[in-house]
Amino acid sequence: MTDTPQRTRPLRVLAAMSGGVDSAVAAARAAEAGHDVTGVHLALSANPQSFRTGARGCCTIEDSRDARRAADVIGIPFYVWDLADRFREDVVEDFVAEYEAGRTPNPCLRCNEKIKFAALLDKALALGFDAVCTGHYAQVILREDGTRELHRASDMAKDQSYVLGVLDDRQLAHAMFPLGDTVTTKDEIRAEAERRGLAVAKKPDSHDICFIADGDTQGFLAKRLGKAEGDIVDEAGNRLGTHEGAYGYTIGQRKGLRIGTPAPDGKPRYVLDISPVDNTVTVGPAEALDVDALSAVKPRWCGTAPTGPGTYTAQLRAHGGETEVRAELVDGTLEVTFTEPVRGVAPGQAIVLYDGTRVVGSATIASTKRATAGAA
Amino acid sequence: MAYLDHAATTPMLPEAVEALTAHLSVTGNASSLHASGRRARRTVEEARETLAEALGARPSEVVLTSGGTEADNLAVKGLYWARRDADPARTRVLASPVEHHAVLDAVHWLGEHEGATVEYLPVDAYGRVRPETLREAIARDPGDVALATVMWANNEIGTIMPVRELADVAAEFDVPLHADAVQAFGQLPVDFAASGLAAMTVSGHKIGGPYGIGALLLGREYAPVPVLHGGGQERHVRSGTLDVPAVASFAVAGRLAAEQREWFAREIGALRDDLVEAVRAAVPDAILGGDPTPGGRLPANAHFTFPGCEGDSLLLLLDAQGIECSTGSACTAGVAQPSHVLLATGTDPDLARGTLRFSLGHTSTEADVEALAKAIGPAVERARAAGLS
Repeated sequence: MTDTPQRTRPLRVLAAMSGGVDSAVAAARAAEAGHDVTGVHLALSANPQSFRTGARGCCTIEDSRDARRAADVIGIPFYVWDLADRFREDVVEDFVAEYEAGRTPNPCLRCNEKIKFAALLDKALALGFDAVCTGHYAQVILREDGTRELHRASDMAKDQSYVLGVLDDRQLAHAMFPLGDTVTTKDEIRAEAERRGLAVAKKPDSHDICFIADGDTQGFLAKRLGKAEGDIVDEAGNRLGTHEGAYGYTIGQRKGLRIGTPAPDGKPRYVLDISPVDNTVTVGPAEALDVDALSAVKPRWCGTAPTGPGTYTAQLRAHGGETEVRAELVDGTLEVTFTEPVRGVAPGQAIVLYDGTRVVGSATIASTKRATAGAA
Repeated sequence: MAYLDHAATTPMLPEAVEALTAHLSVTGNASSLHASGRRARRTVEEARETLAEALGARPSEVVLTSGGTEADNLAVKGLYWARRDADPARTRVLASPVEHHAVLDAVHWLGEHEGATVEYLPVDAYGRVRPETLREAIARDPGDVALATVMWANNEIGTIMPVRELADVAAEFDVPLHADAVQAFGQLPVDFAASGLAAMTVSGHKIGGPYGIGALLLGREYAPVPVLHGGGQERHVRSGTLDVPAVASFAVAGRLAAEQREWFAREIGALRDDLVEAVRAAVPDAILGGDPTPGGRLPANAHFTFPGCEGDSLLLLLDAQGIECSTGSACTAGVAQPSHVLLATGTDPDLARGTLRFSLGHTSTEADVEALAKAIGPAVERARAAGLS
């Protein structure tokens, strides 16, 4: 496959349409640019709701309809593809297992890695498409030597390159992000949708996690993993209260701890550690969250892997800021030290390394080293 | 463009369009007593007579409905309620597992909400219910059977059921038998009186008539409990102001469907045979679904399973080239699932995901078949590469 999304000749593009405003405008822009665009809505939630034999109800009937109506207006063919089995295996089960292991996963990143730019992309390429188009805010830049770089969106406030940091060269070669190179506020995207006659212009933003429709992650996990009462302790091991499942907590979490007695110094307490082995949640002061190094596994590189240690900026969660790091690959593990200690680093999240706006690569955070105490 | 999805809907006949549009500008509620009402009523009754003649029925046996789905629901639910009300022991419903969802889901609903015991009659590898299967099922306890329902011909794989023999078996035990004849009308000799059926469903838009109109042919001795209550139209079985233009248009299409049936079976049947040959030549391992003998299947139906392919992928690839066909059943969100018909015939679920139905109709031409012949080989190759997701 020599076709690249960056060339100006028309490409056969499969636009993933969630039913939201971003992906609708992205598909419209791709079509307007002269590409031969086909819209596809991914049915990702298997929800056997009716008695209808042989039919699988979808919790996304409304989203599917919105995507279809957008495709109608854009004037492109539209289909619904059932990737619910793959999504359940690769994203939902992974999400549950990660929480169960005391880590904090990012399912959107996993979905991009395993579904949109794997299962969907592979199928698209096999069917003769050149690229998969999504409504992500990020830029793919084709260099003169033919290699591709993933960059942050022009508009840093909208940037979503973090959840795309797992994509490799081949995946980037067939990715199209029509929203990434314009500085646009959400209002402007909505205005553009309105101008294009897309009814999704006024649709509210979706929840962070699409398979938890009501946004109640705790409730979802409790239903999947059951209640498992355990202790909430301080750094010295003193029992401060109880919880209904250690999996329900995230490192750096402050709200919802439900500890009756205040800390001796009256300052707020945060989750410092989650131990699934003894089902214990450790809390303590904000300073104890400071981390000055971490180890991350399963590195993926956008381009060639760095050969020696380097200085980068790093992003540690989806809506997090940038921080300066030194990183080095040691026996397949990414060893990272922070120039200044950072707070609230949760194992399971991805660390994405940047060189300026360019995504260098990403890895999954496995463990952290405390600035004040031992490893978490 | 090659439209190969006539079983979903077929273009309206020019004569039917003319009848529809002519009546759209005429005022009159067929239930009104004045001159305009009588004129509308006359149009309806003439249409009813035309349809009755086309279907081998008496005019009073034609109950007009909003389409096939409503007629199926009226037959299945209405006859169940009436039979159970007359004798509370009658709660068993016998149905083929390859029915259209309009029957299948209605039957299932009776099981879930109305205390029915639903029994699905086994079918053979072609999806056919054998008369002895029905006999065996009824004979187990003839007193508790409310009704049986077996379609005249299958909408997906085209297999024709032995309706007369099945009706004879049902009659022996005084069990009413309903048949969904939506696909059979216009393609097979459908004679309500000769069939021995208690009730039979037909639909307008499958025979070149308009959407939103159909009929339940209903033996005079049957009084199903209505699904729709209201003004008492249509023998008090189906209330609602009649859609006079649609009724008139449906009748024109019905008359033409009956008149042209032999031509259709011969000419369109030959075209279908060409299509089957062409697909087999291009894709030697394609499996023809349903009864392979010409007399055993609908003349306009060709159904194939393409091993290793996702039906969805094939549909997209053919659609992109202007060739329109169908995969099988679809849910409201548009997600294709393995067909219940294929599963009932014992097809492996993975294999059942790779099916396409090509259905011909009165506007089909050799060019349609040629377009498919050219496109199907490469499409299957490509879909195979994409595999089963």
